[in-house]
Amino acid sequence: MKILVLMKQVANKDAILRINKDSTWIEEADLSFEVNESDGYALEEALRIKEKVGGEVVVVSMGPPRAKSVIKDALARGADRAIHVLGETTAHLSPFAAAGALAAAIRGEQADLVMTGLQSDDYGYAQTGVILAELLGLPHATIVIEVDASGAQLRVKRELESGWYQWYTMPTPALLTIQSGISQIRYATLKGIMAAKKKEIKEVAPAADVLNQPSHQRIEKIYLPQKSKQTQFLGAGDAKKGAAELAEKLRTEARVI
Amino acid sequence: MSILVFIEHKAGALNKTSLEAIAAAQKLGADTGAKPSAVVLGASSLATEIAAYDLEKVLNVEHAQLGDYTPDTYAAALEQVIRATGPQYVIMSHTYLARDFAPKVAARFGKGLIGDCIRMKVEGSKATFTRRIFLGKLDADVVSEGEPPTFVTFQSGAFRGDQAQKGSGAPVELTKVEVGEPRMKPEAPFQEARQAVDLSKADIIVAVGRGIKSKDNLALAEKLAEVLGGDLAASRPICDAEWLPIDRQIGSSGQTVAPKLYIAIGISGAIQHLVGMKNSQTIVAINKDPEAPIFDIADYGIVGDLFEAVPVLTEEIKKLKG
Repeated sequence: MKILVLMKQVANKDAILRINKDSTWIEEADLSFEVNESDGYALEEALRIKEKVGGEVVVVSMGPPRAKSVIKDALARGADRAIHVLGETTAHLSPFAAAGALAAAIRGEQADLVMTGLQSDDYGYAQTGVILAELLGLPHATIVIEVDASGAQLRVKRELESGWYQWYTMPTPALLTIQSGISQIRYATLKGIMAAKKKEIKEVAPAADVLNQPSHQRIEKIYLPQKSKQTQFLGAGDAKKGAAELAEKLRTEARVI
Repeated sequence: MSILVFIEHKAGALNKTSLEAIAAAQKLGADTGAKPSAVVLGASSLATEIAAYDLEKVLNVEHAQLGDYTPDTYAAALEQVIRATGPQYVIMSHTYLARDFAPKVAARFGKGLIGDCIRMKVEGSKATFTRRIFLGKLDADVVSEGEPPTFVTFQSGAFRGDQAQKGSGAPVELTKVEVGEPRMKPEAPFQEARQAVDLSKADIIVAVGRGIKSKDNLALAEKLAEVLGGDLAASRPICDAEWLPIDRQIGSSGQTVAPKLYIAIGISGAIQHLVGMKNSQTIVAINKDPEAPIFDIADYGIVGDLFEAVPVLTEEIKKLKG
């Protein structure tokens, strides 16, 4: 089974975000980056499927040169080769355009399965996978937490809301978006890191017609969220003092103790 | 018709967030001078029920293939309804079901969704939609460009379902569509072993997140919950790591709660968590990151080391309860 895993590089979860001077995006200069969380689980699931049924895992990442670190890490964990859709501005494409660029880059691969995370931790569109399935003409399932690829058809368990689940059966080729936390992600071994150095990373340019198409949505500005509540901050940086004040407030002000 | 609102249901039973979508569509309609219409796929009796709301009309779309939800069948049906009616806006709630098929529909119109919005503002003919980015750390004002339709989904709670206006009975229009055999075959939805813990009735909840760092440290929160006479809960990463069972999980994929007191320890407050607890009466957040979104909804906040704050809080409360 040939599995393509789409992985995006995003700002580190714990990074302090600073807004750029045009208020259109964040200042990326001193930022640290990491792989989008749910994409990491998509890779892990792909590697497990390969271990069971054999085949090849190809990691695909779209982004500037720094996205190479995500690719190298995926190769070290066990992906067989990689495709880097190299573009400076691709991170800011609309989900439709991003899916278009990815479709153009991977169509020729004729994968049996395309997997990715359920949403990115930066823009959080949660759409690129579904739109990509549509552009490639593939059936899809989103928010998948279990995959059985051992039979003639794919059987996947989807998470619904409020503790409900549902199994779907579908033919391959297909596209799945994977929920975070569905397994324990393996670490890259030293052997894996050494082996990764010899693995192929193919660079491709994003399709020009996709980059040039008009966007259907535009960010006017970004800003810190307006607070819906006035928070009383206690302790002024002293956590212990804050805790003592809090106990008192919970009794006298909030009257919940 | 210029606004179409999608009504979601499970086996004919209304998904309550669809009332929020109606409220959103009515607000957008009032600001742009149009009365929204609603579309119901595969649930005739629900279409009649929805007609009680102040709508131009309700499109009752019936087809043998629309009994069970699949992305293929829903996308085919909604696409045809949109092509036939030509709305300027298609409004939906940002549910798991909408996430599963709405981008597919939008793609057929050469676009995506303006998804998971928390607010909107209309000035003249220009509508601005606000959505959270970076897991809730920042807000983005987004405008639609190009040809209609504009697809907008709203986060659960962005509008109030009880503010959806009733009307004098909207006409229900039976609508024909062509829907082929879906490629994916659904089995019946099910719940994992019945939830042992019902946190929705708890008065006090102490919830822990990633910041607790290890399973052994849960004892700290447990002790606090114990002196408060409350229940222990967690955000998703804690249950994923199996430090606590899944029936203790708060958020969109877990339980929704509204206790008198909610103490969030080491929880940054991703949207998926906030939707499960934001209606709590008093919210306390203890977190080392002053920018953590949890502070946006907290009444009391301590910025600092939870390992310092929690034991002191536990001791002080023990004293007060004496």
